[in-house]
Formats: sequence, C-alpha cells, structure tokens
Amino acid sequence: MDIVVPIKQVPETSNVKMDPKTGTMIRDGVETVVNPLDLFAIETALRLKEAHGGTVTALSMGPKGAEKALREAIAMGCDGGVLVSDRAFAGSDSWATSYTLSQAIRQMGRFDLIVAGERATDGDTGQVGPGIAAWLDLPLATYVAAITRVDPDEGRLTVERLVEEGYQVLELPLPALLTVVKEIAAPRLPMLRGKKRAKAAEVPLYTAATMDLEPAFLGLKGSPTRVVKVATPKVTRGGTVVQAKDAEAVAGAVDRLLAFLDARDLLPHDGAPAGGAAAEQAGGRP
Amino acid sequence: MSFVWTLAEQHEGRLKGVSFELLGRGRALADALDTKLASVVIGDGVDAAQLEALVHRGADEVYAIQDPRLASFTCETYSNLLVHLIKTYQPSVLLAAATSTGRTLMPHVAVRVHTGLTADCTELAIEPGTGQLLQTRPAIGGNIMATIKTPDHRPQMATVRPKSSRPLPADPTRVGKVIAVPLDDFLVDDRVRVTGYRRDALDFVNLEEAEVVVAGGRGMKKAEHFDLLRDLADAWGGAVGATRDAVDRGWLGYPHQVGLSGKTISPRLYIGAGISGAIQHLAGIKTSDTIVSINSDPDASLHKVADFGIVGDLFDVLRELRRRLQERREEGPS
Repeated sequence: MDIVVPIKQVPETSNVKMDPKTGTMIRDGVETVVNPLDLFAIETALRLKEAHGGTVTALSMGPKGAEKALREAIAMGCDGGVLVSDRAFAGSDSWATSYTLSQAIRQMGRFDLIVAGERATDGDTGQVGPGIAAWLDLPLATYVAAITRVDPDEGRLTVERLVEEGYQVLELPLPALLTVVKEIAAPRLPMLRGKKRAKAAEVPLYTAATMDLEPAFLGLKGSPTRVVKVATPKVTRGGTVVQAKDAEAVAGAVDRLLAFLDARDLLPHDGAPAGGAAAEQAGGRP
Repeated sequence: MSFVWTLAEQHEGRLKGVSFELLGRGRALADALDTKLASVVIGDGVDAAQLEALVHRGADEVYAIQDPRLASFTCETYSNLLVHLIKTYQPSVLLAAATSTGRTLMPHVAVRVHTGLTADCTELAIEPGTGQLLQTRPAIGGNIMATIKTPDHRPQMATVRPKSSRPLPADPTRVGKVIAVPLDDFLVDDRVRVTGYRRDALDFVNLEEAEVVVAGGRGMKKAEHFDLLRDLADAWGGAVGATRDAVDRGWLGYPHQVGLSGKTISPRLYIGAGISGAIQHLAGIKTSDTIVSINSDPDASLHKVADFGIVGDLFDVLRELRRRLQERREEGPS
C-alpha cells in the first residue's frame, strides 16, 4: 500500500508569542515542529505499511525550512519526503493550499491512500484534507478514530469516524483520503537509525516551475479569502477569585459561586438544562 | 430567490439544535442585507412539524431534500447535492455548523464551487457599505481573532462554532415556504457506504453540543473521582470533559478530551476542576461564555482566564457544590 501523508510545519504552540502592537505572531526565534496532529497521520500510515507493505511518503508545502519537518517524518520511518515550496505559493488560503498539494500528489504518481491530520494547530481550519479529496475526487473519511479492516486485494477499508453521535462506521474503496484523530494511534519517537537516514535522505523540491499549475490558483492571488483584521483578544477576564481554606470558607465560596451563576442565569433549571426557555427569551448574548 | 442559506443538520430524522442556532445567525445577516433566509435540510425522515419549526425560528424558505440514500452523512453525495443547489439558486452566503459534518462537507464544496470558506467562526456580520460578510474566528490556539472576507467569490461560506449563539425564540405566527426538492439519481455517489454507528454507552459524550461542560484535569487524581464531575454535569444535563493529561492517564476516553488535540468547545458554562490551564487546554475552551475554575493552586493559569475562581481543596468544593445543587433541586424551582 503506497501512502502519502501531507504534513505541516507549525510553531510550537507552548511558546507562541504575540506582538501586542500588530496583533501578529512573532515567528522569529520560535521553535517549529511537525504539526502535532500530523504525527497521528504519520503513525497510522507507518502501521499500515508495516502490516501490508508499500511505502509512506510525507509531503509538505511551506517555506524552505519545512524540509526539517519532512526529515523528522523520515526519522519516524517514512520512506521519503517531498517539499513543495515557492514564493508563488506564499499567502495561500486553504483553497489554494489544497489545490497546490493535490497537484503535487498527482505529480508524485500512483498511490493507494492519503492520510492527513485532522487540522493544523496554527491555522486550525481542518479544510485542507477534505479540499484535497475534492480536487482529486477521492472517497473521504474525516475524524477517523480507527481502521478496523483493511482488504488490500479488494482495495477496501473499514473505518470508524468519531462524530457527535458516536462512531460512524464506513466502508470505502481505495484510493481514498482519511483524516485521523489522536485516538487512532500513539505516535512513535524517531529512532537513531531513522535520524541517520533522515539526515542522508534526498528531499525532492517541487516549485511552481516544476509543477503543472494554473497560475491564477496560486498563493494570495489565487486565494478566495482575505484576512482583513487581526485582533488579540484579552486573555484575562478579570474574574473574581475567592479563597476556600477551611470548611466554612468552602461553604462561603460555593455560596458566592451559586449567586454568581444565578446572576448569569446559569443555575440548573428544574428538570431542564441551563439555556432552555429562559435563556432563549433573553435573546442570546451580544 | 433566497440569498442567505443555512445548512440544517439531522441525525436519524431529528433536526439538531445547531440548525436553529444557525438560523439566528442567518436571520441577522439576511435582515442586514434586506434579503431572504433559507434553510437547506439534507437527510431522511425529517417530518413536516420540524421543517415548519425552521420557519418559526427564522427561515423564509426551507429546501428539504429527503431520501433514504441521504439518511447518513457521506461527503460525496451531500457535496454533489449542495454544489448542485448552489449552482441552481446561487445564494450569496452559506453557513453550516462547525461539526464533524459541516467541517467535512463545506471545504469539499468550497473547492468545487471555487469560493472561500472560513472555519469555526464565532462572529458574523455584514460590512456596511460593501454588504460583504465579515467572518471572525479564533486562530493560533485562540491567541488571535482573525476577521476574514471573501470579496470576489460566491457564496461566502463559513462554518460556525456550535453553541456560540442562541437560537431565536420560536414564533409560530411566522410564515414561510417549505419546498421539497427531489434527489436526482445522478447526484448519488455510492463509493462510501455507511454500515452503522457504534456508541460506547459508558464512555461517549457529545461535548460540542453540551450547554454545560464540567471538566477535570490532573488534580482529580484518579478515575473514580470523575464521578463527582459526572454528578455535577448531570445536575445541568451537561457533559464531562477532560484535559489531555487526564485522558492520557486513562481516566476518561478520548471523546472527552478538550483542547488542541481534542475538541474545541463553546458551552454557556465551563467548569474546570483541578485543571492547571495549559495553553493547549485553554485553546479549546477560550470561547466559552462563562468559565469557572476550581483549583487548590492559586497560580493555576485557568484561574486567570476564569470569570469565577475558587482556590481551595478541590474535592471539598466539588462535594459542597454537589450538595447545594441537590438541595436546590429538592426544594423545587425557585
């Protein structure tokens, strides 16, 4: 089974710093990592390869530095990586990104399966995976929490999607595209041998010049959406904090909490969840 | 012709609450644009009374496409159908819920009709003068709020975070048209087959649609202690959430996980117990209406983003809160 895993390089979220003046992220000196949610996709692909043979190729679109993310994927066990990078791709929204990546996947050649993370932790849209499926007209299963059956001969998968009502069980033919959630598998750590291989690996570079692309679909110019404003929301709510050191203080604190909830119409209504009729009459929040 | 559309969602013939939240959003936009609001229902077995309820909650028109082949969501057929409807009726705005369905279907459709899509919006407005849709969403783990426009492509598409707004009150005097649209065979793509649903009764939770979420972190110390949180959640008819730490320790299953690698939620009330408030967890709860933090550590980050915090022994506070809520219940409605 030949598998493609699109990954993204993202800033490490634990130390994201915002410029208070411009409201934009300070990228200088910020550590980058493979999008943590993509690690579940890489792990899923590696396990399928181990069970059924084939190859796993990571693919990333981004600045030249995104090569580091691809080498990390190779260190985990991917057979190779492809970097899609060009100034012409800068400013791509999820529409243009999914177009460019789908053209790269076409160029990479035959594959059986694409496994992607559910979303990236920076852009947080979750739109590129389904977008690639649309471009390539591939059967799609998102939020996959388990692959319960693989029939490589017939080219069929049975998967379970984590949805609001439980797990939706789907059967789909290959080639297909899956986006996976954390529950599917715990990612492995890179091994020394993998790290050595990653160092030596050749990572092919795809650019606008080497790809078959519609110029009007690329980068900021090819993106239907525009960011018109960025604001930093206030982090603290300036809430009340009360101390509850002993039994008496606990009772007092809970008193105040109940009064606070009551003032916001958040106490349980008899037999009905909060936000029932009373909340609706209030006409919603500003 | 209706210019603002919302996509209603159903499961097993029952409309989901988020369908009505979207209508509240759509109504405000349609009024600002002085145009009509339509709700699109794709599914099977949604009865006339429920379709009429969409009118009562703000729709001028309801397009209902119902067929046994649409009973369960599969992206391919739903996408074919929605693309077909968009091309036929050319709405200017299309809103769907940021649910597992909306977040799958909308990007697929946006690619095919060549338009922009903004994920997970918490605010929507019409820009005075241009009449364009201003779509505001949290990004980078909730560290920024970005406002996004789709200037030159139509429809302007957005998914909207469930529970980020309230439905309009039902107005039974509202009149609207319910239009049944047949499903053309050529739109059916049967490559993906839904064979059923599995639901782990003991450990499944619909966090995104809960009005109240009571969540626990490492401070809960062991799995059994989550019973306390369950009792509290039950008092509100709410759901129990957990931090990554608590899930990784096996105290609760992954469907309960809130945060960067779990669910992002916007309940009316979020109560965090024994949660330090790692940035990854905060990213998942920042848009909650009201945040309450209970933690013995006065320096817990969650206290800083909370509307109300209690510093004290977690279990003492939780038990006292449970006792008081039980008392209230026995006393009857106030």
